[in-house]
Amino acid sequence: MSGDQPLPVDASAAPDTGAAPVGHALEFSNLSMVFPDGTHALDDISLSVDRGEFVTLVGPSGCGKSTLLRIASGLEHHTAGECRVDRDSIGYVFQDATLFPWRTVRRNVELIAELHGVDAKSMAPKVDESLELVGLKEHETKYPKQLSGGMKMRASLARSLVLQPDVFLFDEPFGALDEISRERLNDELLALFKAKDFAGLFITHSIAEAVFLSTRVLVMSARPGRIIADYDVPFAYPREHDIRYDAAFAELSGKISHDLRGAHE
Amino acid sequence: MSVFDESGAVAHVSPGRSTDVAVVPPVGPPGEGMRRFVGPGVVFALFVGFWYFTHHVLMSDARKFLVPPPHHVLNDAFFTWDIPRGTGGSRTGGGLSRNLEGLWSSTQVAALGLLIAILIGLALATAMSQAKWVENAFYPFLVALQAMPILAFVPLIGALFGFDFWSRVLVCIMIALFPIVANTLFGLISVERGYHELMNLHGASRWTKLRKLQYPAAMPSIFTGLQISAGLSVVGAVVGDFFFRQGEPGIGRLINTYQNSNETEQMYGAVIMSALLGIAVFLGFGILGRRVVSHWHETRNA
Repeated sequence: MSGDQPLPVDASAAPDTGAAPVGHALEFSNLSMVFPDGTHALDDISLSVDRGEFVTLVGPSGCGKSTLLRIASGLEHHTAGECRVDRDSIGYVFQDATLFPWRTVRRNVELIAELHGVDAKSMAPKVDESLELVGLKEHETKYPKQLSGGMKMRASLARSLVLQPDVFLFDEPFGALDEISRERLNDELLALFKAKDFAGLFITHSIAEAVFLSTRVLVMSARPGRIIADYDVPFAYPREHDIRYDAAFAELSGKISHDLRGAHE
Repeated sequence: MSVFDESGAVAHVSPGRSTDVAVVPPVGPPGEGMRRFVGPGVVFALFVGFWYFTHHVLMSDARKFLVPPPHHVLNDAFFTWDIPRGTGGSRTGGGLSRNLEGLWSSTQVAALGLLIAILIGLALATAMSQAKWVENAFYPFLVALQAMPILAFVPLIGALFGFDFWSRVLVCIMIALFPIVANTLFGLISVERGYHELMNLHGASRWTKLRKLQYPAAMPSIFTGLQISAGLSVVGAVVGDFFFRQGEPGIGRLINTYQNSNETEQMYGAVIMSALLGIAVFLGFGILGRRVVSHWHETRNA
């Protein structure tokens, strides 16, 4: 029940951001967030993500990365600065797949379309497309308990894809998967990104995952979270699996790792 | 809002269609199906043996009629269709037909009481899940209702509402209500936060969340509550019947009548019959619950 309501917020400090934005698909400017208990979560975050950009945040645990995504989605409200995004066009992939166990894969994918009032007739082709994009079409009649962790995550992705959002928020979606499943899903996510050309904001604790997926990697400091480093990732898409063993890849990963160690101190 | 019916979708999927699934339920070694009946069978045999022992050894000759041997009970109360009043000195008569009539009357009371308890229980649990103050306001009294010996209440109910059908139903409701409310509420409020956030992200109203998320998620808990309450409603019907001596006689009143006229074969028969009803109802709701949730619920799959 505690999850029903967003935290109480001073309306004057957090302007309504539901309107369609002009300019960037997602933009934070000088955004700060202090929780009601006084915890200073985020400090002066300025960041924009356009369609066709895939930005990844890395940082120490508790640095406010997730809070930033929650602010973008409207689950939390910031206390200063601005957040501009079209809330009707957000796909949010949680760390847990949060599939409804009593629904089949297909019915799970239908859920978000249902909530947005999409009628049954126009829903079917959208659901088919999403399921095919993540390779779950042949498993659509299964229940979540019959799926592996990777398949659950794919179903969760397909669910977010149904409404074809412009902005995708990923809160460490592959953190619970084994290395092989994770790399495979990284490949598939990149294919999706190139196919749909969305604006992606991704959180991970894996530097390799961050560099492999992103057009840009941002390093955040420990709480209160600030952006302390900003790297453009120069590799062209499509990125092959073996790019991970490239010298340039290793060099960039090393720099990020160095910054991260600094952020922990 | 949506053309999809949650309950329909859950109900029409049979467990049998999972032939192509990745996870196959474990299959025990052959003969396991029989072996699980060995334990209960042994206990039952010990019980029947103790019964005979009581009759033949523990009871003096003058008191043997208080514990008639099981086969007499079976014969007089189950295998004899009708013993008219006065036959062989019987003051009450008896036989299967009479006991079945009493059982049917009690079944109606129990079923109606359970139905009303379910409706009130679900409504109350829903209200309590939506507002903490409703929970705070009602819960202590539900606990009190549960803790109160229902027998102590029965004379008051009789004085207030008479000694007829509806008083018996009321006793059933009072005894069956708490497990439904407690289990339903537990199910409704135990949904993980992440699921609520998913629904909130997409603008789901409280009612939509209840319908698409909380009720389906609570189904295993709700059925646990139903199963307990169904058994209790039979107890309520028998107890109410035992005290309220107007209207159609139920199985409880038959037990009382037989007892007063020392028709102990018939009395034990009636007791066994009411126990069988309780067991049947308990098992029935267990099977129903598994049919509804076992295709998706992890721990019910064993």
